[in-house]
Order: sequence, then structure tokens, then C-alpha cells
Amino acid sequence: MAALLELEDVDARYGPVQALRSVTLAVEAGEIVAILGANGAGKTTTLRAISGTVRRTGRLELAGRSLARTRPEGAARRGIAHVPEGRGTFAELTVWENLRLGAHVRHGSLKADARRVFRYFPWLEERRSQQAGTLSGGEQQMLALARAFMQRPRLMLLDEPSLGLAPIVVAEIFRILRELNAGEGTALLLVEQNARTSLSLAARAYVLEVGAVAFSGTSAELSSHGSIRRSYLGY
Amino acid sequence: MTRRGRPSTSWIVPLGLGAVCALLAIGSLRSSLFAQQTVSGLANGGIYASLAVALVLIYRATEVINFAQGAIATFTTYVAWQLMQWGLSYWPAFACTLGIAFGGGFVLELVAIRPVERRGSVLSVVIAAIGLLILVEGSIGWIWGNEVKFMPTPFPAHIYTVGGVAFSRQDLSTIAISLVAVLVLWLFFQFTKVGLAMRAAAVRPDAARLVGVRVSWMLSLGWGLAAALGAVAGMMAAASPSVLLQPSMMDGILIYAFAAAVVGGLESAAGAVVAALLIGVLLNLVTTYVHFVGPALQLPVAFVIMLVVLLVKPSGLFGRTRVRRV
Repeated sequence: MAALLELEDVDARYGPVQALRSVTLAVEAGEIVAILGANGAGKTTTLRAISGTVRRTGRLELAGRSLARTRPEGAARRGIAHVPEGRGTFAELTVWENLRLGAHVRHGSLKADARRVFRYFPWLEERRSQQAGTLSGGEQQMLALARAFMQRPRLMLLDEPSLGLAPIVVAEIFRILRELNAGEGTALLLVEQNARTSLSLAARAYVLEVGAVAFSGTSAELSSHGSIRRSYLGY
Repeated sequence: MTRRGRPSTSWIVPLGLGAVCALLAIGSLRSSLFAQQTVSGLANGGIYASLAVALVLIYRATEVINFAQGAIATFTTYVAWQLMQWGLSYWPAFACTLGIAFGGGFVLELVAIRPVERRGSVLSVVIAAIGLLILVEGSIGWIWGNEVKFMPTPFPAHIYTVGGVAFSRQDLSTIAISLVAVLVLWLFFQFTKVGLAMRAAAVRPDAARLVGVRVSWMLSLGWGLAAALGAVAGMMAAASPSVLLQPSMMDGILIYAFAAAVVGGLESAAGAVVAALLIGVLLNLVTTYVHFVGPALQLPVAFVIMLVVLLVKPSGLFGRTRVRRV
């Protein structure tokens, strides 16, 4: 049984700078996987390689079909929702317009999807006509998640969802992510600085160092691994 | 863009617009000449508004003023003229022309702008647009010749009299058609999936791609819509007795439309419409009542208006102050 997402020997470069060196990783359907690593290790680039926002080579497959020639628009159509760092909300548009955009690749009525989304983010409903740019940072992050969910993706790529947010907001966001994963069966591939929180959420994790996978294993293995704990978990 | 340390000027625009509307209303009630000139100014303004909104449409998507917009509008007006020469009556020709303009604009973006934009800067797109202006205007002369053509008007010379003031059907229809065209476009952007996708592609192309919007198609679509709107402006202009159908027909109108777009804030279609109507009315009133301002001085007056507005409010009347929390 093939995994939902498979990367094998994937390289990526920004001009002359090689950002990924033969990265190999896999995400099973409905699984939560974290990518850890220092700044510049290639975490964001890995997500961008999957959604096609950076030039890459190697074998990339979603549910057994190649992603190698897929561009970002196509990746969204294939069921990948990429929530980039800095949230990618459309600040100039309203909350409801952001949600409508999330469902851009889908057909038919939005009502049922909207109702499901509002179950996880009840406050969005009464603020649907508010301009997204006037939301707080945490609210914008939640709107970005809600928008990604409107797409009904098989796989969500989350880039630093906790960045710049207060710990209490981060806890709330991770709680919702766990709920979304359990309730909808959406697989999550999560890039985080916040290693301890993400290992508590994820079943497995990959540790990147200078563009290559240095370690991988279950969260329990990685949390008990001495050098990883010292380098990334800081205790 | 708000600047810190400057007092807010948000009250100036509503107050100023309110005062202008009040003055126009009072003047119109007291003098029938004033009322007539206001209405025919609004008709001119409606034409400027359609073209100005076309400019805004493309500016928002690519941050480029499409200098060829006027020439494209003229070209499509010739197409309408040609269709009528071939025996179509006015309104079928009008509808066909809108379709042809849409397709033409779409293809122009694909063929002339996209290859330049893909590898170049904004400047190279500007140069491509200027090249397009020369090319389109040249091909009008090449296909149809440079002599003046007579465009049939769909509006019989009918005068409505309201309270002792005579309004021409021509003016009223021009106002109505231009405003309906702009309104339809607005509804499209607000309420359709494609319209929303086009707005998203204009404000944040990268994020729009990630939700599955085909951004480059949205740009072509924008050119198509802009060309169709320009065609409305061109056909309304050619129907007016004071404008002759010739290759340079829209040159002057493009400048007023450009002034309106800038005064309106360049990114705001509503601002462009309001500014275009204001410019149309003010120019008409100034030429009527200030005797040394003949048609020759209309253009400088338009620039004075533009200058004054930009001095008081540098982001334009409706220039969006970007609201963003960090």
C-alpha cells in the first residue's frame, strides 16, 4: 500500500543555491508528520517542493500519481492545501471571501462545507464580512486554516502555524489541528520551530539539516534521542 | 498608504463630494442651462468612467497603466462600424462588438503582454503597452483609412423636458449605459467565483496560486473585460455628435480617463467612476461659464483638477488606506 505522499531523492534549488539534497519522506493518509530543523535547513523548501512553488527534481507522488510536473494551481486541484508562512490570507478581502477562495477548486454549493468549517471555528461565522486584514495574528492564522479546510484537502502543508503567536493561541491552534485531523481524516505535514509542541501532535517527524534528512522516526523515538533533544528540543 | 504623523484627512473627501453635489443640485434648480450642462457633463463623464475603470482593472492586476486602452477602444468602435456597414443593426452590432473586444483583449494579453511580463519588469510591460498603442492605431488607419467615418447613433434626436429643462435622450442614454456597464462589472467581481478569483490574483498572486487560481488566465481575462468596457466607452463616444470616428478618436478621452483613474486613487473602481463624472461635469461647466476657457483649454483644466486633488490627498479620492495588523 503506497503512502499518500511520497518524496524520493528530491532536490530543489533557488538559482545557484541548492536548498534540498535528495530528500526522501512519506506521509500516510490521515497521518500527522512534522518536519523539524534549524533555520535554513530546508523545511519551508520541502513544503514548497511539494506544492510546486519551487523548482525541483526527483520523484514526488501523491496517491501514486506523479507531482513532478504539477504547478501550485494543479497541486491545489490534486488535493494539497498549502498554508504558507505568513498565513497567505487575503488581507484586502473579507473573511467570507477568503473562505470562498479556499473552495475555488471545488464545485457545487459551499453551504455544507461552510457549516463544517464553522463547527471548528465558530467565531468566523459572525465575522464573515469583516476585512481579513483587521483580524489579529492568531485569528488570521485560524482563517488560513479554515480556508485550507474549505478546499477539503487530502493533505495540508502547514508552514509555521505558531509563528509569532502567543502560547495560548498556539495551544488553541494545535487543538483545532488535532480535531481537524481526527474529524476529517486530513493528513498534516507540519513545519515547526516549536519542536516540542509539534512532536506532541505528530506521530512521526523528520529532522532536516542543511537541506537533507538527518534523522527520522516516531515522535517518541525522536524525543528520547539525546542529540536531537539537545539540538532541537533544548532540554 | 497612511503616513504617520499626518493629521487624518478622511473627512475631506466625503465633505468635498457632498459640497460639490449640493452646488450642482442648487445650480441645476436655479438655471436650466446649468442643469443641461451638468447632465451633458455627466454623459461625458460616463464615457470617461468606462475607460477609467478599464485602466483601473488592468492597473490593479499588473500595476501598469495600459496606454493602449484608448486605441483598443477605437479599434473596437471601428469593428462596430464595420459590422453595421455589413448590414447589422445597431444593437446586435453593439453586442457582437463587446464579444469581439473581450476576445481581442484576451488574445492581446496572451500574445503581446504575457511573454514580456514573464521575463521583464513593469517597465517592459509599459513599453509593450506603448508599442501596442502605436500598432493598434496604425492598423486602424491601415484597415479603414484615416478619413473620418460617420457612426450611426442608436438614439433618435429626442428631447425630454422636465420642469422646463430639456435633456437629450443621447446624454441620458450614455449615462445609463456607461453606469450599467460598470455596475455589471462590479456585480461580477463581487458575486461570481471567477470575479473573486480575479481579485485574489490581483492582490496576492502567489497565495491565489496556492488555492488553485490560474493567475495568468485571470490576467488575460482582465484584459478581455477591460477591452469590452473600453468598447462601451468607444461606442458611446462615437455616438455623440461632438466626437468623430477617426483613428485618434479616444486619445483625448484616454487622457481624461487617466486623470479620473489617478484622482480616484488608481486602485479603486468606485473612485475612478466618481472622479470621471466630476471631471466630465466640471469641464463642461467651466467651458460654459468661464468664457476664456474654450475647448483648447479643457485639457489644462483637467490637469489642474488632478493636481489639486493629489495635493490635498496624495493617494487619490478613494485611494485605499491599507489596513493590516502585524
